[in-house]
Amino acid sequence: MSSVSSSEIKREFVKSKIGLIGVGILASLIILSMIAVITIPIDTFKQWNNPGSWISYPKTAVPAWVNYFTTEKIPEHLIMDKPTAITKDGIISLASHQFGIQYHYDDFPSDFIYEFNVEYSGSQLLQISVIRPDQSQILLLSRSLPHSDTKIVHHERIFSTDNSIKKNIQIHFSEMEFYNQNISSEDMIFADRDGKVLKGDYIFLVNIYGIDKKVSIIDSKLILGGKAYGMMGTDELRRDLAVGLLWGTPLALFIGISVAIGSVTAGLIYGVYSGFKGKKTDEAMMRFNDVIYALPALPFLIILAVTISNSIFLLVGFLMIFGWVGVAKVSRSMALQIKTRQYVEASQMMGQKNSKIVFKHIIPQLLPYAFASIAISVPAAITTEAGISFLGLGDPTFPTWGQILHDANTYGAAARGLWWWIAPPGIMIAITGLAFVFIGNALDAIVNPKLRK
Amino acid sequence: MDIILKQGIVYQVRAEITENPAIAESFATVEEFDKFVQERIDQRIKTLGLDNPWYSPQKIGFTMYKILILDFGNATFLTSDSGSSNVGDILLEKIPRTVLLFTTATIIISIIGIFLGALAGSKVGSVIDRITSMFAVVSSSFPVWWIGMLMIFLFAFVYHIFPARATPLILPTEPGYIIALLYHMALPLITIVMIGFGAWAYLVRNFMVGTLQEDFITAKKAIGIDKKKIIYKHALKNAAPPIVTILALSLSGSLGGAIITEAVFDWPGMGRLYFEAISVMDLPIIIGATYVLTVLFLISILVADLLYGYFDPRVKTE
Repeated sequence: MSSVSSSEIKREFVKSKIGLIGVGILASLIILSMIAVITIPIDTFKQWNNPGSWISYPKTAVPAWVNYFTTEKIPEHLIMDKPTAITKDGIISLASHQFGIQYHYDDFPSDFIYEFNVEYSGSQLLQISVIRPDQSQILLLSRSLPHSDTKIVHHERIFSTDNSIKKNIQIHFSEMEFYNQNISSEDMIFADRDGKVLKGDYIFLVNIYGIDKKVSIIDSKLILGGKAYGMMGTDELRRDLAVGLLWGTPLALFIGISVAIGSVTAGLIYGVYSGFKGKKTDEAMMRFNDVIYALPALPFLIILAVTISNSIFLLVGFLMIFGWVGVAKVSRSMALQIKTRQYVEASQMMGQKNSKIVFKHIIPQLLPYAFASIAISVPAAITTEAGISFLGLGDPTFPTWGQILHDANTYGAAARGLWWWIAPPGIMIAITGLAFVFIGNALDAIVNPKLRK
Repeated sequence: MDIILKQGIVYQVRAEITENPAIAESFATVEEFDKFVQERIDQRIKTLGLDNPWYSPQKIGFTMYKILILDFGNATFLTSDSGSSNVGDILLEKIPRTVLLFTTATIIISIIGIFLGALAGSKVGSVIDRITSMFAVVSSSFPVWWIGMLMIFLFAFVYHIFPARATPLILPTEPGYIIALLYHMALPLITIVMIGFGAWAYLVRNFMVGTLQEDFITAKKAIGIDKKKIIYKHALKNAAPPIVTILALSLSGSLGGAIITEAVFDWPGMGRLYFEAISVMDLPIIIGATYVLTVLFLISILVADLLYGYFDPRVKTE
């Protein structure tokens, strides 16, 4: 039990295949969470529950990589915010933004939105036109921006459902003698004569003309609505699931590891002290331990979350309260054995303080066991937190995997076949749990020679 | 609890007076009227014993007596399907459903687990042993309710084999009810069993490995007793005490249902009741359900201890 030295553990651990797999998974999870923290600013993440910040994303879009496996290419949701800019000065000044699109999908886009910010004075004319792969140019919109004598910043969103766009398209296609009243503007733009999708390169031109006055486009964005987006797709509330999944990793690791370390440390000290003191102290402490042991953990956690607060830090604390009991029992029985060893008795004889004996002579002997139980108790903490979040009692400021699954359940993702909303969070929970179970089992096998053979 | 009841009384008295305008008209001043209202409230609080602090012996005694005769009063918000708001009625309605699903699942899990564990434990290091241990480790890190969601997605919506909601649509009085119920139960049952038996098998395996190393097994092998007989009759019997304890505890634990699993499968049992009661803070139900479950837990510990003595006579004291 306690005769394993740390170098021996290391040597044995390197030999254990499962343990190494566990360490490997854990390392990649840590890298993943570092990527999350570095690449996705915390402000983006804090906006998770704010629908306003996800407005330019598609609704329940499948992950973009699905297109590699299907013959029918699902149109991808394109957000273009890096146009080629051309400016001309003169009597008539021109600021032009061009968006090139290679459209090779088998379905029409659901819509398009042009969003822009311009700074200007006087009267300006905005023209949007599109050049199609068959070299025909369609004027979509020609409209003047609101007049202003002073310099102002103007922000506008132009939707494909705009009436003047519809009218311009009607004019254009009526000349070519095919126009169908019932087809929407974006379908007309991307359709060939037979009504199928015309694949190829499209160029969207946005020109702003001014007389004598200069105009500058601060930023402009063309959003082509589609049904596929990003690495992980989006959910019903247009949120990019990749952001939630990535940020869930550091949170899950934080919850799991802090709960495990906290509860194992508390249990270890409690159990060892109880076993070392013995007699009435031991009896009283163990009865208290039994009381906590008999409490049903999950209902209590739910009651606490409902009545006190659903803050994630408090939840970590509550999980610690229910986590230390088992460790305390085992470490007490181990302490009872170690207590009878001669070196403990000798140091007692020499008049060393109790606290010093506990911390210097007994606890170091139990450390290998403690590490194994830390690793083993991490998955339980993560799944319990996920379960509580799944019931809708999680901390809304820190969306975890459990909360993504909660949203999926409330929006009936299983019934609607939105697999990319259900599967990844659960797989992440399971992988994280597995990493720690592997490490724990490998350590356990070393620390408890009984399980070997 | 007391505060809620007191507020209820104040509300009742006010409602009675507003319903009957003659009472309000019979007073000359507002002060007199207020005094009258306050007196009636105080009177009712006194008759219900709410003026005593909670630690007064009279009140504690009364509460204890009520709990002993299983009278938990009426639920504040929730009702049973038949419309009764008596906590006893609600519990009696939910417990059989939970027993039907979770206790059945626990029994299946333990039977599979014991035999698989015995098999794996008798051949340490074999393929079966490795698969069992691996399966136990992997299945324990998946949340049951997530597997439930996946199962619903797969078997209810992609392949229409099982229904998604777990309660049958036809009434209990109709002839096909039992078949419909079993059909609706299949999906949650399969899910729970699938996730549960690995851990059981692993536990039993570890006990078996311990027992099979003991001297009397080696002696029996040396005598030449059939290996199957050794495993299932002698070794399993000696590994039985801890297994029986766990079985008793998990059987009584299964009565509480699994809050989250029942939420996923929409199974109207104890777990759902618990969650609903907690989310609207329906105290009588929370107290009643916790009390019943705790009593069952204690009874099963007692039964397990008695069985322990039967299987392992060494723990009996003279």
